[in-house]
Parts: sequence; C-alpha cells; structure tokens
Amino acid sequence: MGQGIDLQRSFVELLTQLGLPSGAARAIWLPLPMTLILIAATVSIFVTVWLERKISAAAQQRIGPEYAGPLGTLQAAADGIKLLFKEDIVPSKADPILFTLGPALVVIPVFLSYLIVPFGQNMVITDIGVGIFLWIALSSITPIGLLMSGYSSNNKYSLLGGLRAAAQSISYEIPLALSVLAIVMMSNSLSTIDIVEQQAQYGILGWNVWRQPVGFLIFWVAALAECERLPFDLPEAEEELVAGYQTEYTGMKFGLFYVGSYVNLVLSALIFSVLYLGGWEFPVSVSWLASLLNVSETTPWLQVITAAIGIMMTVIKAYLLVFLAVLLRWTVPRVRIDQLLDLGWKFLLPVSLVNLLLTAALKITFPVAFGG
Amino acid sequence: MTLAEGVQLVSFGLLAIMVIGTALGVVLLPNIVYSAFLLGGVFISIAGLYVLLNAGFVAAAQILIYVGAVNILILFGIMLVNKNQPFSPVRRGWIRLLATGGVCLGLFALLATVVFGTSWQISSAVPAGDQATVLIGIHLFTDFLLPFELASILLLMAMIGAIVLARREFIPDETPADAVSDALTLPERPRELVSATGETTED
Repeated sequence: MGQGIDLQRSFVELLTQLGLPSGAARAIWLPLPMTLILIAATVSIFVTVWLERKISAAAQQRIGPEYAGPLGTLQAAADGIKLLFKEDIVPSKADPILFTLGPALVVIPVFLSYLIVPFGQNMVITDIGVGIFLWIALSSITPIGLLMSGYSSNNKYSLLGGLRAAAQSISYEIPLALSVLAIVMMSNSLSTIDIVEQQAQYGILGWNVWRQPVGFLIFWVAALAECERLPFDLPEAEEELVAGYQTEYTGMKFGLFYVGSYVNLVLSALIFSVLYLGGWEFPVSVSWLASLLNVSETTPWLQVITAAIGIMMTVIKAYLLVFLAVLLRWTVPRVRIDQLLDLGWKFLLPVSLVNLLLTAALKITFPVAFGG
Repeated sequence: MTLAEGVQLVSFGLLAIMVIGTALGVVLLPNIVYSAFLLGGVFISIAGLYVLLNAGFVAAAQILIYVGAVNILILFGIMLVNKNQPFSPVRRGWIRLLATGGVCLGLFALLATVVFGTSWQISSAVPAGDQATVLIGIHLFTDFLLPFELASILLLMAMIGAIVLARREFIPDETPADAVSDALTLPERPRELVSATGETTED
C-alpha cells in the first residue's frame, strides 16, 4: 500500500515554514479534523432525513417534500428551525436534572464514536489501538441515557419505552460484538485502518462480505436493532407506547433524540462499510490501476485523486446501506417484544457464536485466505 | 511543560475531582436512582484515568462491562422493583451516621498511612500502549489460564442459577373459582400516578 495523502504532516510543515514552533502548529491542527467531522456528521442528518422522506414517499407512491428548496432539500432545515424555536417544556412532576441530562447522554457517545471512522489512509481523527472496541464500548453508554430520560419523564409510557430500549440495546450488543470479533480475528487488529488494509489486496473480491456472509447479516440485523429502526423500533412503538421515552420531550431536547438516532444510523452504516465493504477501497484496487498506467504512487495528483475516491467510496457505501435501512423501514412490519428478544437471544447469539468458532477454525486451516 | 503534559495534568485533576465527587454522591445522596446514575459517572471517570495511564483496552473494557452491563442491571433492578415503602424515622439516627463516618475516616487514615509507608517498586519499563491487547491475551492463555477458566466456571454457575430462577413454574393446586372474571385484567396493586419518582423529588 502507498503512503497516501498525509494532511497533518503537510499542514504542520507549512506552518513551521511560516515560522511557528512545531508544537503550536500541531495545536492549531488538532481542532480542525474534529470540527470538520462534526460538521460532516451534522450535514449527514439533513441528507438522511431528506432521503427518508423521499424514499418513504416513493414507497407509498407519493411525491414527498417538494416546495422547501429544490426537490424539498431544505425541509429538514425547516424542521430543525422549528424545533429550535419551540418552547422547552419540563413536565411539572418530572425530575428536571435527569430530564435534561438524558438526551445529552444519548447523543454524546454517538458523536464521540466518529473518532474512529476512517475516510482514507490517513483521514481519521485518531488511529487508536483499541479502534472498533471503542465504538462497542461507547455505544453501551447510550442505554443509560435512555433509561434516564424514560425514568425522569414521570410517565409510564416513557418508563416502559426506556426500559425496552435498554433491554433491546444490551441484548443486541452481544451478537454485534461477536460478529465484530470474527472480523477482528481475521485482521489481527482492532484498528479500523488495519481492518480496511487487510481487505485491500484484491479489490472487491477481497472484501469481508465474501469471507463473513453470516457475520454480515448478523451485524446488519443487530445494528438496525441498536439504532432502533423498524422492524426493531419497539421503544417508540407508537400504537403501544405513544412515543416511548420521547413522549414528554419537546423542542431541542426532542431534537437531540432525533439527531442522535439519525447520526447513529449513518455511523452504523459507515462502520458497516468499514468492516465488511472495504471502507475507502474502490472496487478495483487503485494502486493496481496506477501500476497499469505506469504512474508512481507518490505522484501528488494521484494521491489527491486517491483520497477523493476514498472519501467518495466510503460515503457512497454508507448511503447505500442507509437507503437499505430506509427501504426496510417502509416495507417491513414491526416485530413484537417477545419476538425481538427471542430473535436476539435464541437465534442471533448461537449463530454468531458458531460463526466465531467457524472463523477461528478456518483461520487455522486456511491461513492464506483468513488472515493467519 | 509541553502541551501534552499540560493536557495530562489538567485532565488528571478533572478526572480526580469527578471520581471523588461522584463517589461521594453515590454514598451521600438519599435518592437511590441518583446514586445509581452517579455510579456510572464513577466508572466512566475511572476509565478516563486508565486512558491517562496508557491502558486504552482496559478503559474500553471498563466502560463496556461496568457502565454498559453492571450499572444498567443495577438501574433495571431499581426500576423494576419499585418498592415504595416509607421508612419510619429512627430515634437518635445521627449516632449511626456519626459512627459510620468515624469508621470510614479511620479506614481512610489506615489506607493512607499504608500508601505513604510502603516503598513502592515503580517499574521503569516502557508502557505497552497499543500492544497491550496482545499482551493481555497472551497472559490470559498462559500464566493466568487457571483464574481465567475459574472465572468462566463462576459465570456458568451464575447463568444456571439465573435459568433456574427464571424457569420456575407455578402450578396452582386448585383452580380459583373466579378465574373468568379477571381474565383480562393485569394483576397490579393500586397506586397513585406519581409512584415512579416517589416522594424524594417533590421536595
């Protein structure tokens, strides 16, 4: 693999040439990728909400939003502004501290998890060693926020919704973690960069989908359940629980739940594309194409093109998965709570355990194909 | 002092304050739900201390196990039990508080003298950093194999116990005569609407 583009080094070198000490140059660099990712994550909400509206409209043979901006693209912005200006009501017998803290605790871990999402060889906020494990650990904090907001609303539907959300989230975390573990076993590393590198050799044929077909499905089902998307949106099943833990929330506190759920969906799709669909890799290996055209991998214009293709591929793969999730939401009915827990504990858990053992056995038997 | 050292010092100070503050809150607050949520805060701040010690894997495991599993189970326990039982005020209750405080202070003094009296052997080896995950795995499957296997047996016992408790089947000896009348009602004791938060939040 080539070195790829390294924005941090170039930026720090540029500033030191201008006469700044290297420590100060690094300190100026630090907030830039974080702000960029925050903005990207926020913009992704608008895109996802628009996609959800348009796809649901297409599924029901409607037109969908049309008047706010071209093709209704500004509809989500109108929603956001409406939520900002709504009165922030705290129910009179609710617990005001926990009621305010709950939504924040739901949103913060989701945004923190963007730390480990890579968009290219060096395009990640930090390449930490625990990598994908950090995402699993952070996503286990969210149920506390859900319980907190469900409890503090002082409404029985909210409490039931919060308890359901937490139960669902801790039961689907286990198959999710086990299917991630099979991938980690094949790539010998928890780092997201290494996981993508390991899939990079043979273009589309080297992606983990072909080596982990069962883990792929388990991960997708578990990720949908973690995001509380239909068919697993029991915590807010409106026929049974009004709106679950969100019932008493208005204004921007409700907006935080809304933001959290969509950012979480995009995050899961991004992680999914990193784990199973080769991350930033083009279906045909770019370095192979470059060698075919006799271009050195260190050529500046090639590096820029590779980086641009990397970002585009990651986003395209993620939005393909978001499209699938939205399509599933508008075509599949909701499962019952007992069916949900049965599926999680009696089907996905044993299957993912078998998948893990099978991967270990295959790794020992065919170390070439399964990353010995 | 470089930037990294300054950040380390400030985060250590903040994390230490958070650990002590939330831990005091767990012990001193009368509302058990607040205590349970603050316990999660204690666990998260301790994970932050692990990160400062270059032990990222242990920090992530701490969050996953203690915050994501233990603390949530405690919260589930509190919210499912819902035992709304007022305590009768104990006469001269302050004696108990005073005695507890004295015992705790004594324990703290004892531990502090031990901590300062021991000559600690500080290892000069370079921290493993990102290699820690591999090292932990190697240790678990070589020299710490026996404790590891014993822990799994312990977990198996706990799981069997849970299954036995959950699969308990009640077979009533005689069918009640009025079984038809309350077939569609859920057994629920009458209570007021605000029972979930209880009287602790109204003050």
